[in-house]
Amino acid sequence: MSADDLLFTSGARAIARSVNRRERSAADIAEAVRVALPERDRDLGAYLTLTPDLMRQHARRVDERIAAGETLPLAGVPVAIKDNMCLRGTRTTCGSKMLENWIAPYTATAVGRLLAAGALPIGKTNMDEFAMGSSCENSALRTTRNPYDFDRVPGGSSGGSAAAVGAELATLALGSDTGGSIREPAAFCNVVGFKPTYGRVSRYGLIAFASSLDQIGPFARTVEDAALAYDAIAGYDPLDATSLNAPNEPTADALRTDLRGMRVGIVKEFGTADLGPAIHAAYAQAYADLAALGAELVEVELPTAKYGLATYYLIAPAECSSNLARFDGVRYGLRVDGADVGEMYEKTRAAGFGDEVKRRILIGTYALSSGYYDAYYVKAQKARTAIADDFKRAFARCDLIASPAASTPAFTFNAKSDPVAMYLMDYYTIPVSLAGLPALSVPCGAVVPEDGTRPMPLGLQLAAPLFSERLLLGAAHAYERATQHALKLPRPQIAKAP
Amino acid sequence: MISERSSVPPADAAAKYEAVIGIECHVELKTASKMFCGCPNAFGGEPNTQVCPVCLALPGALPVPNAAAIEHMIRAGLAFDCAIPAFSKFDRKNYFYPDMPKDYQISQYDMPLTQGGVVRYWLADGTLRECRLTRIHLEEDTGKSTHAGSGDGRIAGSTYSLVDFNRAGVPLMECVSDPDIRSADEAVAFLDALKRTFVQLGISDVKMEEGSLRCDANVSLRLRGAAEYGTKTEIKNMNSFRSVHRAIQSEIERQTGLLERGERIIQETRGWDEAGGVTHSMRSKEKAHDYRYFPDPDLVPMEIDAATVERVRAALPELPIARYERYVDAYKLSVAQATQLVDNASLAEYFDRAVDSAKSPAGVLNFVLGDLSRLANESGIEVAHSKVTPEALAELVALTDAKTINSKVAKDVLVRLWNDGGSAKAIVQADGLAQVSDPAAVGAFVDAALAANPKSVADFAAGKENALKFLIGQVMKASRGTANPALVETVLRDRMR
Ligand SMILES: [Zn+2]
Repeated sequence: MSADDLLFTSGARAIARSVNRRERSAADIAEAVRVALPERDRDLGAYLTLTPDLMRQHARRVDERIAAGETLPLAGVPVAIKDNMCLRGTRTTCGSKMLENWIAPYTATAVGRLLAAGALPIGKTNMDEFAMGSSCENSALRTTRNPYDFDRVPGGSSGGSAAAVGAELATLALGSDTGGSIREPAAFCNVVGFKPTYGRVSRYGLIAFASSLDQIGPFARTVEDAALAYDAIAGYDPLDATSLNAPNEPTADALRTDLRGMRVGIVKEFGTADLGPAIHAAYAQAYADLAALGAELVEVELPTAKYGLATYYLIAPAECSSNLARFDGVRYGLRVDGADVGEMYEKTRAAGFGDEVKRRILIGTYALSSGYYDAYYVKAQKARTAIADDFKRAFARCDLIASPAASTPAFTFNAKSDPVAMYLMDYYTIPVSLAGLPALSVPCGAVVPEDGTRPMPLGLQLAAPLFSERLLLGAAHAYERATQHALKLPRPQIAKAP
Repeated sequence: MISERSSVPPADAAAKYEAVIGIECHVELKTASKMFCGCPNAFGGEPNTQVCPVCLALPGALPVPNAAAIEHMIRAGLAFDCAIPAFSKFDRKNYFYPDMPKDYQISQYDMPLTQGGVVRYWLADGTLRECRLTRIHLEEDTGKSTHAGSGDGRIAGSTYSLVDFNRAGVPLMECVSDPDIRSADEAVAFLDALKRTFVQLGISDVKMEEGSLRCDANVSLRLRGAAEYGTKTEIKNMNSFRSVHRAIQSEIERQTGLLERGERIIQETRGWDEAGGVTHSMRSKEKAHDYRYFPDPDLVPMEIDAATVERVRAALPELPIARYERYVDAYKLSVAQATQLVDNASLAEYFDRAVDSAKSPAGVLNFVLGDLSRLANESGIEVAHSKVTPEALAELVALTDAKTINSKVAKDVLVRLWNDGGSAKAIVQADGLAQVSDPAAVGAFVDAALAANPKSVADFAAGKENALKFLIGQVMKASRGTANPALVETVLRDRMR
């Protein structure tokens, strides 16, 4: 097996198996990645920082542990990490000028757990600034392209991680999902993207956008690999007061081959007819494939889901307006001097934040202001509860809910210059996030967009009741195994056409 | 800054108005670690050495509440009969300040850990007073700034500022009182009550000089008998109980002067100038803050179950006010004596244990506030940690009360107990220190003294009363202080008649 084959096409389970059996050393894998990566990522732009030295250190440690008799679930698996997760000694930018040169002095819990399981850190991936966006275009630092069409976006906000896995520049990647930031780019890049139940994966060391919604999750090219990565990072963390203090059930051994006895809810309000005939047909086929696997399709109603977007765009900005206050130039990150501390704050924040971040800080500040708090923030919280209750009622009638992961396939750069048009991309993922549910996107076909010539992947979102990760991943595996949509597209592009 | 020097109004003007005062104070809780991280909660230290990603608000760091601090709050609440709601939560108070690393403070807005309650306290003359509490809530302290380049440490004219975050994130309890206080004396007595209660509960050191207690006062005046409150001012920058007293007194006088001149009181914040002895207006051009409170999404709401409350309640020590009332009512101690004991909890516990054995509060009090406290002061050893056990002291008191030993011997025995420990009874027995009241035995000492001092006998015969005193001294010396002094004098006079 050549280095390239191993790195660029193998799955995590296969790599870990060969390293655990000492057929191949983690050091060799690290070296192959180190040599190949810069060139392969030159045009794609998935990474903001490569960490070859750290990768080599970790590879050495993995080899030592295996020599000492350990078996590691992710032994020698090259991984990419979204650049809003701290990795000690490494630049952690959040895709922002504000943190362009900030070196994290500590490691996020989820990242630490991934590396402790034997993974090798390739580097940090590009993202919409502070995870605010759905195309990666809001990164202040780099442009990331869609590996299936370089004229198109990879999705966002975890666009770099999705593109890296989609383009086979990483076997696994970590992303974070607040309103769809894992699922939408996964759909755009033909990979599996999984957002666990809120509280399953520690947020310690994840730079906050909206604390009550942010959740770390994996990208992988198969559901099985996503489950492996999830098993490595999930579980209680005493450093995160919102992390769930419950035993973590492994998911990688719960993968099923059919959906017999399972009821899959199709949401009445999430009709796909408006998405165009090709997309409509693709999702109709996906639902039929679920039924063919033995699932019973039932129609469920989510009457409040239509308030999801409005609700989300009050709660998330409110939290971010407070979370991002700390970027004030006093202790770290960008500082632009002023005549006094007030002017320093203003100049620093004016220079450090991009337009979308400023827009959300303004919206959030307004929503929390005295006199508006009840009308906006409190009302949004009530709507959030109503949406969660809708899901609870729906799940009384079904085990999973299926829907599109995004409203369209990957779009071209600058196509969504109207912020609201961009926000609409997350129409199907946001209600699920507000309810805190586990959900994933799995490839479910491809369409040639009206303004394009190449087929672009689509994602099927499957959502499950709280803490039902085993059920969800098991079912997604059955669907993936039966349909194999990810493999039907041509190999992804990793360089600009000559 | 505007300075208005107050002149003391005439007494009849002062009698016309009643002061209405509310106190808001911040008390740093004594815990091993900070409120939301594992850093040590310790005063001082090299700047920025007691910090971590959480209390520096590094990107990605998250707060985890300190359970010990929450239990301290329940303790404080129960001590003052506050309601302890079953649910409580933390909120974010948003404002930009360089001392405050997150640029929001984790505090409590509408669901504090305690609500209501009442502080019962006493004044120097023994009058009992009550002041209701509005609430006590839990929050985190800020860091400290030092301004350099201005020469006087002030921000005006400084060229740069340094921030020390060692204090950032220290658990801070905010107590807000109702406006039930009527004078500067009462305000200080109220603060004394808070202080001695928090110290007794072990939840704070309450040291104003180290900043572990900081307080502001709201002061207004109204005509005596009026129901409506007048316009209030908020007084800040008071650094000691003495300055609280002076500042409130000065503000009452300033407001009295304004009202007497028919002028209006302006609602504002005023800073106390310790050196000048006046308050200054701190009016600034900044508009009122909108703190945009909202529930902290990094923290889950707290559920305080009844079992926890009862466990904490059962473990509460006797509170200072209860102890004070016991001393004054049951033991008939004076206000000053009772206060002195109550303010020294270990001494008070020692006192109680000795009284339990001796059943003589007055006798024990004499030693505890007298010779024992003197020995403690001289040696720097607390009475409670000395070699004199409460039981030994009780024996000593019993021996003295029964006149088995006289007071002179008692003092000597106490010193021996202090130095060597042991039992008072054993010392008295072993050394034969019991008072000798047998006329024959005393007579033998007297006869020996008379035989040895013929000149004094002659002087006494010549009418010199001093000679008798000398002879008594000789007898006492010969008997090593054990002879009953009254009997010695009687026998001496009898022999020399
Ligand atoms: Zn700390």
